[in-house]
Amino acid sequence: MAESELLETPLASLHRELGGRMVPFAGYAMPVQYPAGILTEHLHVRASAGLFDVSHMGQAELLGEGAAAALEKLTPADVQGLKPGRQRYGVLMTETGGILDDFMVANRGDRLFLVLNASRKHLDIPAIEAVLPSGVTLRPLPDRALIALQGPQAVAALATLAPGIATMKFMDFAEHSIAGVNCLVSRSGYTGEDGVEISVPAEQADMLAKALLALPGVQPAGLGARDSLRLEAGLCLYGNDLDETTSPVEANLVWTMGKRRRMAWDFQGAERCRAELDNGPSRLRIGIQPEGRQPARGHTPVQAGGQVVGEITSGGFGPSANAPVAMGYVARGAAADGTALELMVRGKALPGRVAALPFIPHRYAR
Amino acid sequence: MAELRFTKDHEWVRLEGDTATVGITDHAQNALGDVVFVDLPEAGRDVTEGEACAVVESVKAASDVYAPLAGRIAESNAALGENPALINSDPTGEGWFFKLTAVDAAAVAALMDEAAYAAFVDGLA
Repeated sequence: MAESELLETPLASLHRELGGRMVPFAGYAMPVQYPAGILTEHLHVRASAGLFDVSHMGQAELLGEGAAAALEKLTPADVQGLKPGRQRYGVLMTETGGILDDFMVANRGDRLFLVLNASRKHLDIPAIEAVLPSGVTLRPLPDRALIALQGPQAVAALATLAPGIATMKFMDFAEHSIAGVNCLVSRSGYTGEDGVEISVPAEQADMLAKALLALPGVQPAGLGARDSLRLEAGLCLYGNDLDETTSPVEANLVWTMGKRRRMAWDFQGAERCRAELDNGPSRLRIGIQPEGRQPARGHTPVQAGGQVVGEITSGGFGPSANAPVAMGYVARGAAADGTALELMVRGKALPGRVAALPFIPHRYAR
Repeated sequence: MAELRFTKDHEWVRLEGDTATVGITDHAQNALGDVVFVDLPEAGRDVTEGEACAVVESVKAASDVYAPLAGRIAESNAALGENPALINSDPTGEGWFFKLTAVDAAAVAALMDEAAYAAFVDGLA
C-alpha cells in the first residue's frame, strides 16, 4: 500500500513531534519506535510506564435487549455472565471453528463495548451484524482514539489525574474523567504489565496523550516494543499466532471459553472445538526457548528428532528475558514442556525447547 | 587510516594493503535498530561480490549482509558475539564485521566515496 493511502490516527502529529518512525501497519501509519529505540522503550515499560497509541484498533458498541446472547452466537466466551463494569478477552469464531479475531468485550450496563483488531475489524463487523436479532445494533466508534498506558508505574502516575483508577482491578472497566476528558478506562493491556487502556473522543486524544506523557516516568513506546512485550507475556498476535485455520483449542485459549458454553456448545464453529477437546487437537500453541542468543522468527520450521512437527508463529529477541523467545504450533506429541526441538533457521538446526508461557510473569492488579 | 568506501547495500569497506575491513554504515545500524545477534562467516571462506555472507539481527528483524567485494574471509569480529551492540555504538570502528583478503583494489576504488554515499542515502528519503 502506498504511503499516501495509509490512514492516520488522531495522534499522528504527536508521533511526528516525538520523532516516531512511522511504518505501515494494518492500513495505518503507525510509530514502530521513537528515538529511544525498541530495546529502551521495552525495558522502560517493564520498569516504569510507556504510552502506546493503539487507535488503529476497532472500537464498537453493541446496544439493545439481548446483545450479550446475540454475541455469544459468534464467541465461546461467557458474555451473558459478564458483570457490569467488567471486561473479558475472547475469540470470534468462523463457521468452521477457526478464529475470526480475538477481541475484548466490556459490559457497560446498558451496552457492550468491543475492541477489535485493526486488521480484522472490516470482517468482524459484518460477521457480528449477521447474527444480530432485530432490536440489537452494532455501532462502530471510528471517532474514538485508544491509548494504552502500561507498566508498573502507570496507574500510580495516572491516579494523580484520576484517583479512582487506583482502586480498579485487572479487567475492571469504568468511566473516568482524566485531565478534564471523559474517558472509558479498562485496567488491562497487551504487555503483561499492570496498566490501562483508555478510549477517548478523537478530538481530545492529542491533549490527553500530552497530559499522560507529562506524568513522571511516562515515555512513548511504539509498535516494536508492543510486539516484544506481548511476546514475552505469551500473548497472541492475530495474523501471526491466530488465524482462520487455528481453533481456540489448538491456540491454548480454552480458558476463554465459558464453562456454560462448553456444556451447551451453542456457538458458531463449536463442533470442531468439541471434537478437539474430546480427542485432543492435532497441534498446540506452545512457547519456544531457543538456545543461545540467535532469534528464531515467525515461519521458522520446527523439527523434533529430525521430523518437521510445526512452525514458529512469533519469534524475536526478548529484551527483559535477555534471550531469544518464540511461540508457535507443534504436533501434540511434541508439545510437552522441555521437549527438545530443532529450529531450522536459514537451513541450520538451532536447538531449542518447549517452554512454559509466559516468558516474563504477568504483573496484573488482580 | 584509509578512507571508507560504500555500497548501495549500506556496507562500508576500508582497504589497508590487500585486506579490506567490512561493516555496515551508521545509516544501516540506525535503520535496523538495536542489534541483538550477528551471524558471521568462517575464516577461509571464499565469497563473491554480492554474496550474502553475514546476518544481522535487531529486535525487529533479520537482515543479510553482503560481501561488497570478491575475496577470502580472513577474520570475523569475535567481539560482536559477546557484544553485538558495538554495531550500533561504533558501526565504522569496533563494530566491524569481517576482513577480506585477496581483494581487487580497483573494485574498492569503484565503490562510492563518502560524499556519493551521503547523496545516495539522501535520495532514499
